[in-house]
Amino acid sequence: MEKRVTFSRWTIGILFAVPQLLLIFTFFYWPAGQAVYWSLTLQQPWGGGNIWVGLDNFRSILSSADYWNSITASLVFAGISTGLAMFIALVLAALTDRQLTGSRFYRVVLIWPYGIAAPALALAFRFILAPEAGFLAVVNRMWPGIWDPGLDGADAMASIIAAFSWKYVGYNFIFFLAAFQAIPRSLIEAAAMDGSGVIRRFWDIQFPLITPTIFFLLVINITESFQDSFGIVDIMTSGGPANATNLMVYKIYSDGFKGLDYSGAAAQSIILMLLIIVLTIFQFRFIERRVHYR
Amino acid sequence: MTIIKRGFAALAAGALSTALAMPAFAEPVKFDFWFGLSGDLARVVDTLCKNFNASQSDYEVVCTSQGNYDATLQNTIAAFRAGKQPAIVQVYDVGTATMMLSGAYKPADKLMEENGYKIDYADYFPGIARYYATSKGEMLSFPFNSSTALMYWNKDAFAKIGKTEAPKTWEDVGADLKAMKDAGYDCPMAINISANESWQLMEQFSALHNQPIATKNNGYDGLDARLEVNKTKFVQYVTDLKKWYDAGLIKIKSKDLGQDMVQAFASGTCQVIMTSVGDHGTVGKTQKEGMNWGVAELPVYAGTERKNSLVGGASLWVLSGKSDAEYKGAAAFLNFIHDPKTALFWSTNTGYIPVTKSGFDYMKSNGFYDKAPYKGRETAIASLTASEPTEITRGIRLGNFTQIRAEFGTQMQAIFANKVSVQEGLDTLVKNGDAILDRFQQTYPGKMLP
Repeated sequence: MEKRVTFSRWTIGILFAVPQLLLIFTFFYWPAGQAVYWSLTLQQPWGGGNIWVGLDNFRSILSSADYWNSITASLVFAGISTGLAMFIALVLAALTDRQLTGSRFYRVVLIWPYGIAAPALALAFRFILAPEAGFLAVVNRMWPGIWDPGLDGADAMASIIAAFSWKYVGYNFIFFLAAFQAIPRSLIEAAAMDGSGVIRRFWDIQFPLITPTIFFLLVINITESFQDSFGIVDIMTSGGPANATNLMVYKIYSDGFKGLDYSGAAAQSIILMLLIIVLTIFQFRFIERRVHYR
Repeated sequence: MTIIKRGFAALAAGALSTALAMPAFAEPVKFDFWFGLSGDLARVVDTLCKNFNASQSDYEVVCTSQGNYDATLQNTIAAFRAGKQPAIVQVYDVGTATMMLSGAYKPADKLMEENGYKIDYADYFPGIARYYATSKGEMLSFPFNSSTALMYWNKDAFAKIGKTEAPKTWEDVGADLKAMKDAGYDCPMAINISANESWQLMEQFSALHNQPIATKNNGYDGLDARLEVNKTKFVQYVTDLKKWYDAGLIKIKSKDLGQDMVQAFASGTCQVIMTSVGDHGTVGKTQKEGMNWGVAELPVYAGTERKNSLVGGASLWVLSGKSDAEYKGAAAFLNFIHDPKTALFWSTNTGYIPVTKSGFDYMKSNGFYDKAPYKGRETAIASLTASEPTEITRGIRLGNFTQIRAEFGTQMQAIFANKVSVQEGLDTLVKNGDAILDRFQQTYPGKMLP
């Protein structure tokens, strides 16, 4: 017997879907379509008119060394900060799950960083990492000039990675902890009685059981590192020094809003969108194979 | 009691009917003014607006700060596209070319003429007026907050090396910085090399030495102007700055690193800086107790015939698409700002300089420049009026100049981090800057700068 609820007429089904479709259209497809249109034209910022230029915007962006530099910087940033944020969160969650002393306290505290707005967080990190007056000034007192995010691109990149990872450790921690706690205690206790140690239990039981969470967080972290890095870059480095931290999302902002080059920025955001789509497809296609859903 | 009550009621009714009958009592016409200043300066603008509203009853200006210059322009563009633009907007100096091609403004001189105000445009300091005027000399916008760059020097430090005057040439600066370093000063001079410092390092330097930044008279004569700072005296200047930086005579100070150069100077950490006259008040208010300091015109290389420096700041644009009543109000507001008394109020409460000769004279006759906290600010006027503006020292009229400044910051950082040589860095600046100019020209095909 058919157990699903079905509608006698397909129009009713469509009617139910209309509000949702309308929302998606207004807030996603319409702006995205507009961005595609802008990327194929040269827009006058004040709206005086535009000229159809076909793929010229894409051509000029893709032939610019600055843009490739920006893509490289974004990939480096995404790779390192995702790795850091996930690894630290995983370790912290595993420890908290073991009910060590004070784990109830950590469970609450470690979630806070995610609640802090990116600009506020960036401001705090700017003070902490300031080479002359911040906490890291000690390093410069011992080895003068070793830490200089103002001129050294690698130092600046390290600064924004530190700030971003710190925020996402909190986010990842919530999910990891929930995943660990969803593992039945009896499994772990059984393994313990069979004589396996903490590390062994982690690799053989816990880790395989939380792969769906790891995969989910991987996708989210990489996507967010392309998008949510904006506030941090804006406050901490403004894309400098010498474009070393000019991530794709920041370049879109500075070209579009500061430079009033709306068409170039639209083309860049299309490229960024495609890049994220490709990365996500790649992850689903190749990494998800190793994920065991229950 | 009831009689009194009734009396009051009658009185009130009478007053109401007269108010309704008399147009003079009508609601004042409201119009918007968006500006890009924040903090202390925003409060001064608010006071200015209150004073205007109190001075007459026909119009009411609603002044809204948009945070900074960039945001003001962005928000205005967004508002204009949606048909909700303010009547008056403050646009920074480098946005002038963008505004001129926008087709979104009402020429300021026409507005004043239509509404019966007589403005003596020759009264503006030529260095200021030419920056905002068309190539034919018409004023499309009104100069508002204006400043220029000066050299701030620590008299105590210079006294240690036996100097009582600020250096006038870059050769002297080099020698003095060296002497101060030898005398034990860790930071003889502070600079910053982000996008914003393009103003004092590249733009002011080029004007003082009568060197072009771009062809076509810095862009005044056409949208096909292209940068040429990689083959002017500017190359030597950057080379010297880099040399002094490598020798430890110059330190880079910025907010990101913990202390910006104004703080570094005011605290006595660094002995020389180049910044806007607008910081004169800040240095005075935050300086180390008992520190002796002064301001001087920016140095030039020996043997250079000094030209006028460039004005920095912003002007007021009246946007198109508003009602006649609002335009009347806007004209009255601009006329109010033009008044020498407003100039005195404005300059006293900010570090900005008066933009008209009559304003300057009025302030001088009030003894403004003799008093301690303001003494020295007249140097800015001297610097701005050092010569009649030449074709090159009129100003800079390049599209998307904000992006070119950003490119300046990027390349200077690359040069100072030893990633590229001075010449390579400036060549890249010109190449990337030209791409920006090229794009701007393509966006406005067949259009001419007014």
